[in-house]
Amino acid sequence: MMQMQTTMTEGADVTAAVGSRTSASSTANDAIMRARQVSVFYGAKQALFDVNLDMPGKAVTALIGPSGCGKSTFLRCLNRMNDTIEGARVTGQITIESDDIYAPHVDPVQLRARVGMVFQKPNPFPKSIFENVAYGPRIHGLARTKSELEEIVVTSLQKAGLFNEVKDRLHDAGTGLSGGQQQRLCIARAIAVSPEVILMDEPCSALDPIATAKIEELMDELRQNYCIVIVTHSMQQAARVSQRTAFFHLGILVEEGETSQIFTNPKDNRTQDYITGRFG
Amino acid sequence: MSEHIVKAFEDELKALDSQIAKMGGLAEEALGRAILALDRRDPEIAEQAIRDDKAIDDLERLVEEQAISIIARRQPMALDLRQIVTAIRVASDLERIGDLSKNIAKRALAVAAEPHPKQVMLGIKHIGLSALEQLKNVLNAYSSRDADKAMKVWLRDERIDNMYNSLFRELLTYMMEDPRNIGICTHLLFGAKNIERIGDHATNIAETIHYLVHGAAISEDRPKGDVTSYTIVEFPELHWKNGKD
Repeated sequence: MMQMQTTMTEGADVTAAVGSRTSASSTANDAIMRARQVSVFYGAKQALFDVNLDMPGKAVTALIGPSGCGKSTFLRCLNRMNDTIEGARVTGQITIESDDIYAPHVDPVQLRARVGMVFQKPNPFPKSIFENVAYGPRIHGLARTKSELEEIVVTSLQKAGLFNEVKDRLHDAGTGLSGGQQQRLCIARAIAVSPEVILMDEPCSALDPIATAKIEELMDELRQNYCIVIVTHSMQQAARVSQRTAFFHLGILVEEGETSQIFTNPKDNRTQDYITGRFG
Repeated sequence: MSEHIVKAFEDELKALDSQIAKMGGLAEEALGRAILALDRRDPEIAEQAIRDDKAIDDLERLVEEQAISIIARRQPMALDLRQIVTAIRVASDLERIGDLSKNIAKRALAVAAEPHPKQVMLGIKHIGLSALEQLKNVLNAYSSRDADKAMKVWLRDERIDNMYNSLFRELLTYMMEDPRNIGICTHLLFGAKNIERIGDHATNIAETIHYLVHGAAISEDRPKGDVTSYTIVEFPELHWKNGKD
């Protein structure tokens, strides 16, 4: 964690480099979301200990670690999903573009438009494909006319790589799509409200390899415009899709760094042991 | 380092390591035999050294196949990944060392019947044994994953380069002195060059060990001493004029 903060201070000198973000090295000074000293308690039990993490824009940050390590808990802090869990308490600071997301005046519903989420199991609303995507823009008042709304739906479906597959049946039920298509529909639904950050909690664990590849390809395209944070149990997936990787263990952020470094030369033995399959 | 949860993976990595150990042993033997064949002018030892090479080639292929299979089936990460890449690289260096030893043995065979210039032969034996020692040390460093030991090998290659430089000059002088020496001296020159290159392969292995242990390449430049590419030996005119041979 100390290392990360050093990177940040150094990063201040290289603001000129921000304009030329490369795929391989997204440095911490590009951070869209920042977590500082974030701890989470479920009642008396502490699930997360003083996590400091910068999540850069135009990059995928992967959170990895064994079950119960706190990675999903951390992800859920980023759009205040933990608010819905009784007895959950979050301390520390999380900012999006320097806005404190836990500030008293912040409306969690508005926040979740800026920080979208895609879940492990595709969960389209029991409505038409069109309505699934149109719902968010409508409740957030993002479209003034019907044609504006239609445009948002179409572009969102296009960005999610789903439009060509569903353009002739936009008014069929979203639940009638295949698992992979449903997941891309959920991604389209998340994008429709123009978020800055997209959180994904094991988005491919219920999908076959081809559907997984499509989602991974999609993530790679989406990261050109969004800050993506993904929780995944598949180390290979983290290695494939992310530019930065953070390893959690027992509620502690053990190590964070460039993905290629984490997977070829991790600094911490716990990271090494985990990613090489030496403890579970 | 604790063991893998999947025991078969652990076994496969160990198998890879033992193939490398076996290859290393064979490469050492081949180089030792080649030097001995030159030194003793013994065609039988030379022929044995030539035959040895096939086993090394076969092992290299085996290491490569196993490494590729592990990558395909287990998607190794971090230290495991480095270990597999290292095995492939070390195997390829050892295979080259085997080839070079075989070539030295062939030359030993070609010149076995000719009279050998004593001084040069001592020099070749000396450089050969130095290269053999480097090879032994670097293989020990590999099996004990000792990057410091590997670093020592890496730094000592300059000595072999220097020995090769003086052999180069000496052999050229012999050739100039008497054209009848050209045949044997050319073979000995190539032999010495092969030994010098075996030294270079030992330093390659040392660099690979550094990568294996530290996950990064050695950052400094290796001191290099082979200057023969730029060396010209003046024709020893005086010897002729004074009627010396």
